[in-house]
This record gives sequence, structure tokens and C-alpha cells, in this order.
Amino acid sequence: MKFSDFVSTPSICAELNSQDKPGVISELVDCLVKAGEINENDRDDIIKAIMKREDLGSTGIGRGIAVPHTKHASVPKLVGTVGVSIDGVDFDSLDGERVQLFFLLVSPPDRPGDHLRALENISRQLRDETFCRFLKQSKNAEDIVQLLEEADNNQFVS
Amino acid sequence: MTLNAQKVVTVVNPLGLHLRPAHALSKAAAQFECLIEIEKDGQSIDCKSIMSILTLGAQQGTQLHLRANGQDAQQAVDVLSHLFENGFDETDSEMSSSQAG
Repeated sequence: MKFSDFVSTPSICAELNSQDKPGVISELVDCLVKAGEINENDRDDIIKAIMKREDLGSTGIGRGIAVPHTKHASVPKLVGTVGVSIDGVDFDSLDGERVQLFFLLVSPPDRPGDHLRALENISRQLRDETFCRFLKQSKNAEDIVQLLEEADNNQFVS
Repeated sequence: MTLNAQKVVTVVNPLGLHLRPAHALSKAAAQFECLIEIEKDGQSIDCKSIMSILTLGAQQGTQLHLRANGQDAQQAVDVLSHLFENGFDETDSEMSSSQAG
């Protein structure tokens, strides 16, 4: 699976303003609402579900990366967005580091395989330190789109 | 003295090696001193790294080769293979709830 298979380009946010976990999750979900990927009526429910998942254990997997996610019956297919926080957010990460890079995923309940393949792609690409650093240094959404495209074209993974 | 241990394990939990099982696995592996690797289709990864485990994208039914090398290798393989066999305690309620993942 490639980034282009699940990342909603219009919802990418290069400058997250929120300073805490609930704030940044709401901000990312709002980006998906604005891009028309999820229905405004489902916004609160999706945010609540993502927060509930965080309560089971942080999705901050280390190296400044988090993958907040949930299943939700309202989405017909896996959809995600990417957000960058310049200062980083305290996300209770596994390694205690602040999180700068967010990949938020919402998937249909009956498609666990797609969720797994998205996680596989994200972790595989972000293992490359150059890709990770470039993403964190992105100035605008266009930079991020370009980096994701380059990653999809295997320009970072050896 | 260096000791080796290995075992073929199967991912039995329905959701595969997603984030929570990967975390449980890396956390359990980190308790051992030995080197622990998981191999899938010729790709070997460090079992103590959650990010590396996620790169396997191992779905339910996938067979993986668990290998350990070091003093506590056998114990590590025993404990970790047990986690696989128990499906990482993934419950039915997790599967049906909208919050799982």
C-alpha cells in the first residue's frame, strides 16, 4: 500500500497549532472534515473513538511519530491525513519523546487488513531518517505531498 | 557461551500484528538480553523495535520465524511464542468495538 492509497492530500496540515493530545486529534479530524473525507455529523464520535483508543495505550510509537486511529462505520474506505507540529506535542509516547509527525487513520470496521498495510507502509517509510527529518522540516502542505510522492516512488527506502 | 533458540510461530489473532500486539511483543522482547529477530519472507527484523515489527504487516495466518541468540534465548522464544499462541489476548469485544485497532 502507498501513501497515495489512503492519505487525503487536501487534508494535510503542515502547521498544527494544538499543544496537547485532545487538541491535536481534533485538529487533524477537522482537517478530514474540511476536505470532505468524513461527515461533519460524525466528527465528535470519531474524535471520541480515537481518544478512547489512546486510553488503551498511546499510539506515539517513538522517534516523534504517532499514528492515532480508529475504526468507524461511516467511512467507506481507509482514509488518513498527515500533520506536522513544529514544536511537537506531548503524546505519552512509548519513548517519552514529543510527537512532531502525525498519521491519523480512520478505517471501516471490516477491513483490518487495510489498516495493517497502512501501518506497514508508514513504519517502513519512516524508518528512513532522511524521510523522517524532511517531513518534520516541511514548511507547507505542498512539501509534504511531494515527500509522500517521492516515498511512494521508493526514493527513500533502499 | 552463546545459545540459539528458534521457533516458527503463527499470527492467530484476527487483526494481525497491528500496533498493540507489536507493542506487547517489543516490550516482552526488551526484557531479554539476547538478540531476537523475526523473519518473514526473507526479511529479518529486530523484535525489540515496535516500528520494525510493524514493517512486517503480518496478517492473521502469517507464519513467522522467531530466532534468538544469547544466554536467555530459549526463555525468550518460549515467552514470545506464547504471546503469539494466545493471540496477544485480543478479545472479541476489541474486534467488534469501534475503538479497536
